Amino acid sequence: MTKLTIAKAINAGLRRAMERDPKVVLCGEDIGTLGGVFRVTEHLQKDFGEDRVRDTPLAESGIMGTAIGLALRGYRPVVEIQFDGFVYPAFDQIVSQLAKLHHRSQGRVKLPVVVRIPMGGGIGAVEHHSESNEAYFAHTAGLKVVFCSNPEDAYWMVQQAIESDDPVILYEPKRRYHEKGEVDLDAQSAPRDLFGAHVLREGTDVTLACYGPMVKTCLDAATAAEDEGHSLEVIDLRSISPLDIDTLTASVAKTGRMVVVHEAATFLGVGAEVAAQVTERCFYQLEAPVLRVGGYNVPYPASKVEEDYLPDLDRVLAGVDRSLAY
Amino acid sequence: MSSDSGVAVTPEVGDPFARVVPPPDPDRRPGGSYGSPEMIQILTPEGEFIEHPQYGRFLEDLTDDDLRGFYRDQVLIRRLDTEATALQRQGQLGLWASMLGQEAAQVGCGRAMRPQDYAFPGYREHGVAWCRGVDPLELVALFRGTNKGGWDPAEHNFHLFTIVIGNQVLLATGYAMGILLDGDVGTDDPERDTAVMAFFGDGATAQGDVNESFVFAAVHNAPIVFFCQNNQWAISEPNWRQTAIPLYKRASGFGFPGVQVDGNDVLATYAVTRAMLERARSGEGPAFIEAFTYRMGAHTTSDDPTKYRVSAEVEVWKHRDPIARLKVYLSRSGKADSAFFADVEAEADALAEKLRRETHAMPDPTPESMFDHAYSEPHAQVDRDRAEFRAYQEAFADVEGEQA
Ligand SMILES: Cc1ncc(C[n+]2csc(CCOP(=O)(O)OP(=O)(O)O)c2C)c(N)n1
Ligand SMILES: [Mg+2]
Repeated sequence: MTKLTIAKAINAGLRRAMERDPKVVLCGEDIGTLGGVFRVTEHLQKDFGEDRVRDTPLAESGIMGTAIGLALRGYRPVVEIQFDGFVYPAFDQIVSQLAKLHHRSQGRVKLPVVVRIPMGGGIGAVEHHSESNEAYFAHTAGLKVVFCSNPEDAYWMVQQAIESDDPVILYEPKRRYHEKGEVDLDAQSAPRDLFGAHVLREGTDVTLACYGPMVKTCLDAATAAEDEGHSLEVIDLRSISPLDIDTLTASVAKTGRMVVVHEAATFLGVGAEVAAQVTERCFYQLEAPVLRVGGYNVPYPASKVEEDYLPDLDRVLAGVDRSLAY
Repeated sequence: MSSDSGVAVTPEVGDPFARVVPPPDPDRRPGGSYGSPEMIQILTPEGEFIEHPQYGRFLEDLTDDDLRGFYRDQVLIRRLDTEATALQRQGQLGLWASMLGQEAAQVGCGRAMRPQDYAFPGYREHGVAWCRGVDPLELVALFRGTNKGGWDPAEHNFHLFTIVIGNQVLLATGYAMGILLDGDVGTDDPERDTAVMAFFGDGATAQGDVNESFVFAAVHNAPIVFFCQNNQWAISEPNWRQTAIPLYKRASGFGFPGVQVDGNDVLATYAVTRAMLERARSGEGPAFIEAFTYRMGAHTTSDDPTKYRVSAEVEVWKHRDPIARLKVYLSRSGKADSAFFADVEAEADALAEKLRRETHAMPDPTPESMFDHAYSEPHAQVDRDRAEFRAYQEAFADVEGEQA
């Protein structure tokens, strides 16, 4: 076992994928000499060369469109979008081409493209550097959308995403990049499916469903709730498209209550879909409506007030209390 | 304008297909060539004034006061910029994007604008903001995370900063199309004829938005001057990662003139910008200016340039400093004396002190203000979320109260 940060774990995963498959190429802004603004690709250009770790021109639509072209030619491109708020110039290529070509070609064309996006807030950044835009992509059929929340998942999920023959958007919780955890670099296979949810903490009273940066917040909330005598089950969704609904319904069958937590605005967000699906399947087991704790329906605020926008331990616990009060 | 080998090696004139070639050995980048042989320069790095046959006339009506003003502007914004960097280091700002080294480029074009002209900046145009009368404290507020742009764009004809690379250039083009629709070009009324300045960097020239702007501006003959500060770097990526020909040469392919000017020469930048603005205001359409300059500092306070560029390169550019050469020129020509320079220094000190004091005193926004201005008209979902937020805050305050 090796202790790695999430950033270093993704780096190790990329390295391993590149060693295994010469068709894996990385494309993005500042990912070469600099190793990316978060240093996720550090040293990879030195070790794999400029052809495989490509510092692209500053144009996201260009990066995305050419990555699709590379995939059509048999490569497995991994695109780094520098910050969540800068994926929008690539949006057209992602939703019009990346998501649809397999379908349109009646399955003849496969696009094994990975789009890595550092996501979320809480780092005191200026505008466009703190967004949670997963719902746009999860709402687009043809894309798979996953989140890593810890170093072990980060290490494996990036490799599994690269191995997938479908396009995968891999969100990385940027404020957690430097949090450490154990990773078994000698293991030969992934401990879990790329698209499966993971019960991180078992509990009996309320289920917390979360992903990305909110996983740690929810685990902390569960620890705090224990002191108050509440047993919370914490599920890391890991994949929001597809959604591992069975793991969620099994949990609700036990707890009867669920709170979904994410940084993105709750209005038309992933939590709304989770709540609907869980309610449709578990109506008679639910003791309370599935509740959501998330961002508000406003543009991500200036960093001086972002802590009031982002769900934190207290807001998660308030959600738990609301659920228990039914 | 010597052409020593290095970053962004610029081809000789005459070969239209000559490429901007990457340096053979990335470890030997002495500081790059100093622009193309066609680059407009009026004040050399040594402070020598060279008459320019084409652009010299745009300097003719400048008074000594104006020239001293160019110096003052540059010293003051450099001091403000340095102070803002220090404030970031002290934890007062979340981030700062330094404009160190780009003072002449920004003052030169900023002072060439008329009051009715309109500017669309990126995020590094502190010097242009200064020329447009925006309070430096407003720039600091943005980087402090207090707001996302506190000045009234219409008051200064200076749009909010734009962080998404290239976005603002299309807005600028559309604004210029509006000027055209209003008939505010080519009337020969100097108070009425209006042009737009669009600001962006060398990296931004790769973006679709910027290239689409060129197309729109050209086909509409819009009154806009595209002002690209080529500071040689887009974070860690040197010019040759973005372009295979010198940037100013792109313009002709879109159908309007492109000029490369020494962006560290305030006089040349002023003259060329004024020429292109006058052209645009008179109805002759867009133009592209590549201000050849250098980003002396880090990309932002979050960046560590030692990871990707050698200090020898920065050393070379120190000898091309925009302020030093103007000081030499003003002293040698007797247009300014030591008392003037001392006064400017004192003014800079006072300005920096004021910025520091006011930054420390800047109030934080109230949390509930995040619900303001998402829409100009009421929106039920925002109202519900605000109500939920307020209820939560109140309940939370009650609990805190009980615990206290
Ligand atoms: C669409 C978009 N992609 C990426 C970024 C991140 N980013 C911020 S500045 C920058 C480099 C800009 O270089 P350049 O255009 O030369 O301007 P400079 O910063 O040198 O003034 C990048 C990649 C961004 N702000 N917007
Ligand atoms: Mg630049």
